[in-house]
Amino acid sequence: MPRPHLYLLVALLAAFGISYFSDRIDPYHLDVIIGIGINVILAVSLNLVNGYTGQFSLGHAGFMSVGAYLAAAVSLFLGPRLLGEEGGTAFQQGLLFLGALTAGGLGAALAGLLVGVPSLRLKGDYLALVTLGFGEIIRVIFQNVEFLGGALGLNGIPAYTSIFWVLAFVALSVFTVTCLVNSTYGRGFLATHDDEVASEAVGLNTTRYKIVAFVIGAFFAGAAGGLYGHFKMTITPTGFDFTKSIEIVVMVILGGMGNTVGVILAAILLTLLPEVLRPIAEYRMIIYSLLLIVLMIARPQGLFNFKYGKAKS
Amino acid sequence: MMRLRYYTGIFGCVAALLTVGQADEAPIKIGQYGAFTGKEAAFGVSARKGVMLAFAEANAAGGLLGRKLELITEDNQSKAGESATIAKKFVSRDKVVAVLGGNPSTNSLEAAPILQNARIPMIAISSTNPRVTEMGSYIFRVCFIDSFQGAVLAKFARTTLHAQRAGILSSANNPYSVGIAKVFREKFTAAGGVVAIEQKHSEGDKDFRAQLTAIKNAGVDVIFHSSNYTEGALICIQARQLGFTGPLFGGDAWEAPQLIEIGGAAVEGAYYSTHASPDSTAPEMQNFIRQYRALWNGETPDSIAALGYDAARLLFDALRRAGTTESVKLREAIATTTDLPGVTGRITIDKDRNASKSAVILTVKGGKFAYVETIDP
Amino acid sequence: MSEFLQQLLNGLSLGAIYALIALGYTMVYGVLRFINFAHSDVFMVGAFIGYYLGQHVPQNTFWGGLVVLFAAMIGCALLGMLIERLAYRPLRGGATLNVLITAIGVSLLLEYSGQVFFGATPRTFPAVFPSTNFAFGDLVISSNQVVVIVVTTLLMVGLQLIVYRTKIGTAMRAVALNPKAAQLVGVNNDVVISFTFGLGSALAGAGGILYALNYPSIEPLMGVMPGLKAFVAAVLGGIGNIPGAALGGLLLGTIETFVNGSQWSTYKDAIAFALLIIILLFRPAGLLGKVRVEKV
Repeated sequence: MPRPHLYLLVALLAAFGISYFSDRIDPYHLDVIIGIGINVILAVSLNLVNGYTGQFSLGHAGFMSVGAYLAAAVSLFLGPRLLGEEGGTAFQQGLLFLGALTAGGLGAALAGLLVGVPSLRLKGDYLALVTLGFGEIIRVIFQNVEFLGGALGLNGIPAYTSIFWVLAFVALSVFTVTCLVNSTYGRGFLATHDDEVASEAVGLNTTRYKIVAFVIGAFFAGAAGGLYGHFKMTITPTGFDFTKSIEIVVMVILGGMGNTVGVILAAILLTLLPEVLRPIAEYRMIIYSLLLIVLMIARPQGLFNFKYGKAKS
Repeated sequence: MMRLRYYTGIFGCVAALLTVGQADEAPIKIGQYGAFTGKEAAFGVSARKGVMLAFAEANAAGGLLGRKLELITEDNQSKAGESATIAKKFVSRDKVVAVLGGNPSTNSLEAAPILQNARIPMIAISSTNPRVTEMGSYIFRVCFIDSFQGAVLAKFARTTLHAQRAGILSSANNPYSVGIAKVFREKFTAAGGVVAIEQKHSEGDKDFRAQLTAIKNAGVDVIFHSSNYTEGALICIQARQLGFTGPLFGGDAWEAPQLIEIGGAAVEGAYYSTHASPDSTAPEMQNFIRQYRALWNGETPDSIAALGYDAARLLFDALRRAGTTESVKLREAIATTTDLPGVTGRITIDKDRNASKSAVILTVKGGKFAYVETIDP
Repeated sequence: MSEFLQQLLNGLSLGAIYALIALGYTMVYGVLRFINFAHSDVFMVGAFIGYYLGQHVPQNTFWGGLVVLFAAMIGCALLGMLIERLAYRPLRGGATLNVLITAIGVSLLLEYSGQVFFGATPRTFPAVFPSTNFAFGDLVISSNQVVVIVVTTLLMVGLQLIVYRTKIGTAMRAVALNPKAAQLVGVNNDVVISFTFGLGSALAGAGGILYALNYPSIEPLMGVMPGLKAFVAAVLGGIGNIPGAALGGLLLGTIETFVNGSQWSTYKDAIAFALLIIILLFRPAGLLGKVRVEKV
């Protein structure tokens, strides 16, 4: 893919263009698109960890929550001081939001580092459960920190999330993950996934790759969390429990682990499905779980994966 | 080529399903969100029954402003974050003129900022945490707030139960529980009592023996549990098993038939504060009970159903006075509600958009709820 | 002092329940090297079987309680074997990640089907065993807690007997050591694995009934937290090791109870997971387990 940076620029311009016409779009559809975008960022970032690097993480929602809380804290606590009483111009708000999202992402990345380093030596089932455990620990910590709202969470978060921001971050995350994995350095991720021992034997520092995957994945999860918080206007610790983690994992599995395009499509499908299935909402999760089981038995490479023949996950 | 057909197939189906269900215009649409399934279901189901009764009555009398009234209810499944999603849907998809809802305060706190942002008036049914109406000028409630409820319980504990030392057990991740426990502690201490010990548990916990053992060993006369009915019932059972013989009491989150169902003999003689009692002889209450029984197969309503009914009627009254569904005028009308006769008492919306009402204390006697006393503000 | 003893007693009875669930996890892991995520939901199904059966059995009688207990155990054993046959067997020999994901799928399926068919609102479990309190001076224990401790002990002893004194137990240990070699000496792996699942699920079913007896409010998601804690207990004791699971369960139950009674009670979930992480980092074989060397 020659000149990948051009693609990113075009995508950002497209995002800006679409948001220009956003008042013509029905607000309900706008909400759905924003929801889709956030899920795409989550799925693509988890795909880097689970799919490409083969580290099965069940704590992604924990990173999302760190990002959400940090970003909300910046908007709620620093915002009034920086923007003054009236709230500042749209440009200033945009700048503040960018700062908040970056802060959220970096905070989540730090959490990713803290989680990744101890979890490295574990494999398969154990890694899954330890990451789940970390996710729960993060949740309990937030529930007990009064300054961040405790059990109440934070509400009245300013609604800065717009379609521009969401599409911009979607473009950024897809660009980052794709370029990373397709680079020479990035081959290391796939090697780590395929055979750790062999990779170490040829001199790859698998430890480093795993940490990098965790940290970058966490960064985008944090950014997605920030977008989520400024969209729903309320965040509570229980909203980021392992049920949320599993929802994201399902998207990655459905799309085919290690297949960015497939994962994006799966994220879109799985965000639309609840809206469409709202009349039979209680059966939705049954359908999801059956889908997982059937998929693993019949088509483990995922619904949207046409590259590989059979079970190569 | 196969790929293209494959994709088109999947997305075609999804797109087709999305276009189904476009709403029609004529009736006045009002939304209600609540937990109709899950662990908070007792509240949501009760509230909805009360609201539906009010709608049935109003529509039978010809509707309002020449139009029928349509109630759109959505279940938040007792899940965090769902109430916010539902509020967004009410605003952008259903385009309601007002929203009723909110039993546990966490739900109302999720929906309120979204409805405030969209300038859609919201009347919370039984959310008692003070933060809810602080969310904005479009957010109201039809019940009392916890700063009052906590004081009521403190007064009850001191004067009626003659308690000197109290133990508090609250749920650390339930803001309602934390809030009301804090007020109780303040007022109980101010009234001359001593809060000997305060223990915490988490939502959904089943085993409280550790906390109860510590509380019992602190030598308390009464135990106050500030969270939901399921935990309350289990706490009563375990407290009695551990040999605690003093009274146990809770707030309005204890009100549900499951309290007695789960608790059995252990909840005999337990007390709780709530909004209204079906034993009251006031004509509004008796009338309401009669209509409710007629609609819902002889079932006796609880105070949450009564609050749901009152919230809906408050909204109808405001619509009538405003003469329009336009949001600014509707908000004005709700804010200036004065002395409206309601099932749960006379309703006046004060400057903080709360309703100033009395509380009643109920107890469990012979496997049924029974009235004890009323405490006025 | 008496408060300490009372808390200890509370901890032991909570720990016994964790131990019971942990036994199932550890058995399946020992034989198949994978964590059966659906175990905690089989536990929940056991409780619901008990709920429905309990309506038809006279309350507060000893034999009524035993009928419910056995029925739940048998029902869950069948369920466990069904799950193994339909969802796990087709994936045997494949990538372990796939089985893990399938297990998550089965777990979610049971939870959400439960929500649809049983309703998500909590139900009250009937008092199928006679319930009284026993007091020894200042210490109090309820008969239901005693039932838990007694049943858990009996089941654990029974399990040890099966695994070490019967033919099928030997076959289980053979498959655990080396499945291919076991096949070579004539063990029918399919039968043994089915049996292991059945046994583990029966224990989960018993756990469900005992849990519901002590905490009479049941709902479809009730297995999630106890399941996770029981898994921590199994790892703590050494996964694959039966007495280890029991020890881990008791230890975790006691630690959790003491944390619960202190001012840090709101952190108790976090402490359980922190314990898991610490054990996996510093002594992954657990307290009673043997250190495994990974051969390349």
